[in-house]
Amino acid sequence: MQIDLRTVAIEPQRNAFDHLVRRFGDKPASRYQEGSYDIQAAENLHYRPTWDPDQALYDESITRIVMKDWYALKDPRQFYYSTYTLTRARQQDTTEANFAFVESRGLAAMMVPDLAATALKVLMPLRHAAWGANQNNTFICGYGYATVFTQPCMYHAMDNLGIAQYLSRLGLLLGDTEALEEGKRAWLDDAAWQPLRRYVEDCLVVRDPFELFVAQNVALDGLLYPLVYGRVVDDDFAVKGGSAVAMLTQFMTDWFDETRKWVDAVLKVAAAESDHNRAQLKQWIADWSCRAAAALVPVIEIALGVQADEAVAEQVEAFKARIRKTGIDL
Amino acid sequence: MDMKATKKKLGMKERYRALTRDLGWESSYQDKDAIFPYVNYEGIKVHDWDKWEDPFRLTMDAYWKYQAEKERKFYAIIDAHAQNNGHLNITDARYLSALKIFLQAISPGEYAAHKGFARAGREFPGVGTQVACQMQAIDELRHAQTQIHAMSNYNRYYDGFHAFADARDRIWYTSVARSFFDDAMSAGPFEFMIAIGFSFEYVLTNLLFVPFMSGAAYNGDMATVTFGFSAQSDEARHMTLGLECIKFMLEQDPDNLPIVQAWIDKWFWRGFRVLGLVSTMMDYMLPKRVMSWREAWEIYGVENGGALFKDLARYGIRPPKGWDDAEKAIDHMSHQFMLGLYQWSFGTSFHSWIPSDEDMDWLSAKYPDTFDKYYRPRWAHIKKLKAAGTPFKNYGLARLCQCCQLPSVFTEPDDPTLTCHRETVYKGEKYQFCSDGCKDIFDNEPEKYIQSWLPMPALFSELGGDVGAWMNWVSLRDGDDNGDYDGSTDQKHFNEWRGLATSNL
Ligand SMILES: [Fe+2]
Ligand SMILES: [Fe+2]
Ligand SMILES: [Zn+2]
Repeated sequence: MQIDLRTVAIEPQRNAFDHLVRRFGDKPASRYQEGSYDIQAAENLHYRPTWDPDQALYDESITRIVMKDWYALKDPRQFYYSTYTLTRARQQDTTEANFAFVESRGLAAMMVPDLAATALKVLMPLRHAAWGANQNNTFICGYGYATVFTQPCMYHAMDNLGIAQYLSRLGLLLGDTEALEEGKRAWLDDAAWQPLRRYVEDCLVVRDPFELFVAQNVALDGLLYPLVYGRVVDDDFAVKGGSAVAMLTQFMTDWFDETRKWVDAVLKVAAAESDHNRAQLKQWIADWSCRAAAALVPVIEIALGVQADEAVAEQVEAFKARIRKTGIDL
Repeated sequence: MDMKATKKKLGMKERYRALTRDLGWESSYQDKDAIFPYVNYEGIKVHDWDKWEDPFRLTMDAYWKYQAEKERKFYAIIDAHAQNNGHLNITDARYLSALKIFLQAISPGEYAAHKGFARAGREFPGVGTQVACQMQAIDELRHAQTQIHAMSNYNRYYDGFHAFADARDRIWYTSVARSFFDDAMSAGPFEFMIAIGFSFEYVLTNLLFVPFMSGAAYNGDMATVTFGFSAQSDEARHMTLGLECIKFMLEQDPDNLPIVQAWIDKWFWRGFRVLGLVSTMMDYMLPKRVMSWREAWEIYGVENGGALFKDLARYGIRPPKGWDDAEKAIDHMSHQFMLGLYQWSFGTSFHSWIPSDEDMDWLSAKYPDTFDKYYRPRWAHIKKLKAAGTPFKNYGLARLCQCCQLPSVFTEPDDPTLTCHRETVYKGEKYQFCSDGCKDIFDNEPEKYIQSWLPMPALFSELGGDVGAWMNWVSLRDGDDNGDYDGSTDQKHFNEWRGLATSNL
């Protein structure tokens, strides 16, 4: 039934839901706030998990990080499902246009064959690393505490999958299914990839959601993305006539720039909470980033040869400077 | 050489394999059991995860695109709805009770499903299964959020919505849905899939969402219609996943059959009890009715469910054990439940009311064998008490079922004059149930269900039976959120505002 309504001014009875008024004061709430705060069950959970009776269904204590209020870990992008998907859909349009551009002009074929081969050698095994990242972020979302912290991890996991799929498409475009097969073989067998694969597999058995956040999103991706997509693809390949590759991985570069702001914000708030947290984060970041750097050297070597050590060392310094800005003295 | 010309054309399936299924690998630095620690303890045997058939082959680029399109439309409509006082288009503010129950009890279930599918999306060892679960995980988050956003504007004008987060954790009737989802999440990944993916999404979702969304459409609630429509294509994917999952389990090993059958029995009954709320909404809470609960059951339960179980019979699956008891309850449950809600309406963050004469005639017509015989007299009695100025209220302690958490208002399957009670003694403690179905579920897993948080005993142990203190604790505003619709603030406001908007002054 649609009745004809005159426009009338009606006084609202209240501004927002009670739990948001308690947090933010008596004023209208944003959609991010409505979709993110206190929407996870918090009290009177009915049963202990049969898969691990030592933990509660939603359990703050399965990580060593301690927060008085986990909802303090706000996402500065204020992503909720809608803003997240709209943002990615726009980026997907750009990516699609980039793929179309490279394809229609035959840019891939115009690359020096050696360069195309190197690109595939570096990038194809990373499909699997991105899948590992997807697993880890899905885990953090599933077992982490409080929607403001866990929902970006779900988005991140889907992004990780998207990246693995963009890499797969790149492989199909530059080298067909054989490129993917060869990349998987290298991931499984080649010496250059074993430290990284070991790193990823070791992450898959970490069941502290915050430690996993550090190992995957802070340490590994904090070094891998600037090294591979910045130093190797955007800098090195581009000067050698491989800007087509850079076009096809633009999403990864943009994505890293965007998501690191979220990662840094999480670290900053968690570290500021207590000396205990800061010390724990420092130790985790130091340990995992040290391993990640070592694991990345042979990978970067594939593209940069003898300059790999220096490139990784440089990036480690930049990484340390970045982490220091979050209040963690590395 | 033109590189493009040499490219193999990949079919949909091969392309999906290259882009998704092929991403996983056999670990060698860590043991598979350490990476997937929860996949064996339930006893389900899977020999080959590669046999998993992807129910839909959606890659992320397409997902973002489709979903963004739907999101754009959804928010455009609810923005307009809020701006134009769309809430005044509803038939009557009584209708809002259904929405209040939905926001307090069902939307939190969407969120629980989100978390549960994220966990399943990590714990299953097959890439295809994992990705399908992950997509459902993010979809269910979407549903929780779009529902909250759609109802946010109602909250600004009407009572009963404002404390949905507190109600979710503390008020008594939400515990029916909460315990359902907590039960599923505390189960292993395979049982979770049967509970939510199959029983809830496939068998029961049509009974919940179709009547609910048509009810919204009939009653002028564009905001709800919009989120319902917008979720439909997601739900189609979820249903396919649920069905694929059960077939996969049954095809992998014959030993899985008895385990799966027991879960189907359990989760059908668990789900059927949750639907008690829906039956009441359909028969009593919609000012303009869509169809009766009985009619919905005929279509979505008997016809669709019947076809489904016929299809599953080739695996040795039989219809759920509680099916016949459910059938016997159909003509009674909505009346029994609404009578319960009315007498305990002091403790509900929504309104209930005595059906009008016209309503009762409709109920007689839809329930010719039961309404006039058993329920009209009880409503008549309640009506008389109200007219005499002594409205019927029950401040007594409702006995809740240890399993489904509903008050024991249901009758014996074969005797509608006798309230059904069952009991079990476990480790020297006595436990109460509303039905054989609920008692069986307890008896199969007593260690789980002795943990149930029962809101009524908790009220008495923690708050000493102080109803006022309890209302504060659940953030229920006495005199506004609760009680009879007749004389409520919602009624007064709605009539006043609608009068303003429709008068020609
Ligand atoms: Fe849903
Ligand atoms: Fe669903
Ligand atoms: Zn029961």
